[in-house]
Amino acid sequence: MSHIANALRIAWQMLREIFDEAAYTRFLERNQMSSSPGAYNLFLQERESAIARRARCC
Amino acid sequence: MNKIFSTFVWLGIALLGAGAVGMVAIHRGEPINALWLVTAATCCYALGYRFYSSFIAARILALDARRATPAERLENGRDFLVTNKWVVFGHHFAAIAGPGPLVGPVLAAQFGYLPGTLWVLAGAVFAGCVQDFVILLFSVRRDGKSLTEMAKEETGVIGGVIAYAAVIAILIILLAAVALVVVNALKDSPWGTFTIAMTIPIAMAMGIYLRRIRPGKVLEASVAGFILILLAIWGGQWAAQTPAVAHVFTLSAQTLAVLIIIYAFAASAVPVWILLAPRDYLSTFVKLGTIGLLAIGIVALHPTLHMPALTRFVDGTGPVFAGKVFPFAFITIACGAISGFHSLISSGTTPKLIARETETRMVGYGSMMAESAVAVMAIIAACVLQPGVYFAINSPAGLVGQTATAATTMISGWGFPVTAAEMETLAHAVGEQTLFNRTGGAPAFAVGMAHIFSQTLGGTTVMALWYHFAVMFEALFILTVLDAGTRVARFMIQDALGHIYKPLGRTSWYPSILATSALIVAAWGYFLWQGVKDPLGGINSLWPLFGIANQLLATVALCVATTILIKMHRAKYAAVTLVPLAWLVAVTFTASWQKIFAANPRIGFLAQARALASAPTAKATERLILNNQMDAAVTAGLVFMVALVLMESLRQWIAILRGRKVARVSEVPFVMTRLSEERV
Repeated sequence: MSHIANALRIAWQMLREIFDEAAYTRFLERNQMSSSPGAYNLFLQERESAIARRARCC
Repeated sequence: MNKIFSTFVWLGIALLGAGAVGMVAIHRGEPINALWLVTAATCCYALGYRFYSSFIAARILALDARRATPAERLENGRDFLVTNKWVVFGHHFAAIAGPGPLVGPVLAAQFGYLPGTLWVLAGAVFAGCVQDFVILLFSVRRDGKSLTEMAKEETGVIGGVIAYAAVIAILIILLAAVALVVVNALKDSPWGTFTIAMTIPIAMAMGIYLRRIRPGKVLEASVAGFILILLAIWGGQWAAQTPAVAHVFTLSAQTLAVLIIIYAFAASAVPVWILLAPRDYLSTFVKLGTIGLLAIGIVALHPTLHMPALTRFVDGTGPVFAGKVFPFAFITIACGAISGFHSLISSGTTPKLIARETETRMVGYGSMMAESAVAVMAIIAACVLQPGVYFAINSPAGLVGQTATAATTMISGWGFPVTAAEMETLAHAVGEQTLFNRTGGAPAFAVGMAHIFSQTLGGTTVMALWYHFAVMFEALFILTVLDAGTRVARFMIQDALGHIYKPLGRTSWYPSILATSALIVAAWGYFLWQGVKDPLGGINSLWPLFGIANQLLATVALCVATTILIKMHRAKYAAVTLVPLAWLVAVTFTASWQKIFAANPRIGFLAQARALASAPTAKATERLILNNQMDAAVTAGLVFMVALVLMESLRQWIAILRGRKVARVSEVPFVMTRLSEERV
């Protein structure tokens, strides 16, 4: 049972990382902010270049 | 006891794999079950991962779990971050899996299922996975440096400049080729066009939701976006059946090409949160779900492959694209076997997330195996169709004729019986006016996928929904590649122009954004327009050109990898990268030579230009002649550049091996890791 729970936890982490939710959480922790439209705007500004430069394969 | 048991298990897998590959390769006459391909692939991947990648990891690369990676040493919570290996695996796979492994194998199915399957399996295990793995490890040992930076360091300035130019060229040709696939999938299809058009406001609504309403909740926004897309697919049926709406969304290939060019320019110039980021999230969400669903569908239905193992078109006379099985099968299928583009991802975000060197094996080698498995699924989706149907969908009107009767007569004459009534019934079942001349691979894949899905879930009554789901899935993928690719190319051009005039390098300066976006869009728009106007369907020219460019980038990556191996005093093992390199050189240089100089106008660009020139002159003909000459020049330019990298690398290898040059690797010095097992 714990193996299944562990697999599900990792799958959830994977999805959060792929979809940048984890990056946003780290941004909030690093800057000691709580989630808000303003904080997300700042996060997007910081990530804009990284997201835009992220190559997507064919 | 455990060792004996393990030996027996692996021996069993090897025997099963050999039996399955033998069945796939030797069986002739009667159709075979798709499970043979699945079994052959599973066994090959298991053996390749367990033994070959392990050999490379231990003997050649000497992976060291105690060596601190850049993710640990340079951790900043942004680019560099120690991340769980499975999370990195998912991240890397999501970045490398695009429309390529779906489209290429479908096009190459004109040779039969055998050439594509063998190339996908052998190519992945011995070339593609190796390339992704070694480039990832070498980037990790160089603080996450990019391929172009490594090429410059290891093979000299020429290598760096050529790698840079090759990346730009590949992006341009790739964007044109995939845009043409979308155009061919959506032309005269009000249902598909309506659904794809709706993804733009849906993505924008997601962007606003994420920015204003529930900041950062990407997963829930993606689920909501996915539900809206399903509604858009359902709404597409209404659009197609309502004459006034259908009229608006029934567009010609030219109109669609212009709209896509305008769309890509706008998407490249607006901030990422409006369109690019939400569409990227949405397409990744749909991609991961659909690939999983397709795998389940294939195993559950285990359909029969109707395409023969080999068709008569191995002789080069194929209607989908011209050229013999060697070299054209090997450049048509890139992403499922080996793709140079992957080396950019392996030296991009991924090396900055790896916690331990030993994990590069699973992430680099393992993700490429998963990508290869997607290509096997695409081969199955194409080959479950009756061959006559497959060729009717994929053959251009310029070759088989404009009418249904002419096309079916010609295709049946090739030995692949199909009737106009059969095609009409199928078109009706998938909600299209016609399925003739739908070149590009996407519609054939969508029909195959709809066939598999509808047999598994819902029956033939929902086949039209599954078909348009598949078209939406591919088009969404491709539009994301268009958005992201145009923007990545823009940034690269801006970085280069910044050295000439500083403001041009500022990625937030609008005159520079507009000028460089226009430049990139004009470049791939030119090739797209050329493809749309091509009487042979465009894919015949563009996809091989893309394949050549992509495999040439893989050649550059393998040159870099071989140079580093020799500098690491691993020359006796250099065959692991040299053999795939030699194969790619043989394939791409032969293909390039044939595409430029072959006497057959369907293959050689210059021969086609000459054939057009001998026809009565018209303005359109002049443009076609120029297009063919341009394609020949681009191909020659790419080959010339890669030949320079090869010669420069060869010069270095000889100098090092003869002791004339000191073998100095530019790795970051060893630093002991401080990570505990629990940390990762």
